[in-house]
Amino acid sequence: MTTTFGTMDRRAAVKGLLVDRKNLLVVSGLGSPSYDVFAAGDHDANFYLWGAMGGAAMVGLGLALAQRTRPVLVLTGDGEALMGLGALLTTAVKKPANLTIGVLDNGHFGETGMQLSHSGLGSRLDIIARGAGFSDVTEIADLTHVEAFRPHLHDLSRGPRFARIKIAPGNPERALPPRDGTYVKNRLRQHLGFAVT
Amino acid sequence: MAAASAETTVDAALDWPLAIYTTLKSYNVKQVCYVPDAGHSRLINLSHDDPAIQTTVLTTEEEGIALCAGAWLGGDRSVLLMQSSGVGNCINMLSLMNACRLPLLTIVTMRGEWAEFNPWQIPMGTATPAALELMGVTLLRIETPDEVAEVISAAATLAYDGDQQIAVLISQRMLGRKKWVEAK
Repeated sequence: MTTTFGTMDRRAAVKGLLVDRKNLLVVSGLGSPSYDVFAAGDHDANFYLWGAMGGAAMVGLGLALAQRTRPVLVLTGDGEALMGLGALLTTAVKKPANLTIGVLDNGHFGETGMQLSHSGLGSRLDIIARGAGFSDVTEIADLTHVEAFRPHLHDLSRGPRFARIKIAPGNPERALPPRDGTYVKNRLRQHLGFAVT
Repeated sequence: MAAASAETTVDAALDWPLAIYTTLKSYNVKQVCYVPDAGHSRLINLSHDDPAIQTTVLTTEEEGIALCAGAWLGGDRSVLLMQSSGVGNCINMLSLMNACRLPLLTIVTMRGEWAEFNPWQIPMGTATPAALELMGVTLLRIETPDEVAEVISAAATLAYDGDQQIAVLISQRMLGRKKWVEAK
């Protein structure tokens, strides 16, 4: 099995998805996706994971079910998604119309020394997502496609969507979001209008 | 009168899942997620039949921990239903609740502790209380149907108002023996 890696710069891809983000809520998976989302611009509507590997999509699902009038984007990596593949089944059958799961796929575990992931060894997350029950599956390989995909993030009626975002292997300089989860939680809840008591 | 009293007792025993459901409703729980267990089947059906509750079937229990985190971020109170064999699956994901001081209410039907027929259920059943406590989860226990509403209510207040992670363990003695051979 041959695998080709992406060529797109991950920071540019994430910035392209989040530009003019309107009322988008964003959950980022641990490691580079959290750094990418923070580097694109810190925002009260971001929830950065620093752990809980395999849980990003499910955090997004719970948030999307609670906030049906807000679009929700989960941005995570291939390694994080691989650890919680069942979440793709759970999300696909629950059908939250306002949720998009975007996997920044470089085929490697970037945070731990760039070991090849299953995706890098030939497993296909987009095909797994389709098998899980996603009918809207997109592969994004360049910034033109990022721009074309961006409006779909804000569509509240036709999700859930799955996007495999093919990015180049490599770790840009870290951009570290707040690690205090309670702070980030309260900030997001306040943004949504819930008083911190 | 004695017969009527006995009948009432039987009804209460049968209806403890309804008591859980009613109590959760009184706490405005909006999301229920579960890995199925026979002991939770009636509560799961009540939840599915309620259009005001989003009910989500999971492939594994740790998904439910993360789902409850997301629900709370979005303003929803939630509950996770599982049996004790699923507790071990949740261990690392419980870090999320601890690190973010997120409420968690999980209701766990116990296996492996009372008249257990299946030895494979016993290790995780035996380890369930200590495993949860190791991760900072507070335990409450239900031994009899008549205490269900009170314990669930206390657990819900501790979770949603006290920002605690709470597991309510429902004793296998109360759930009854699993029938392995259908009576002829």
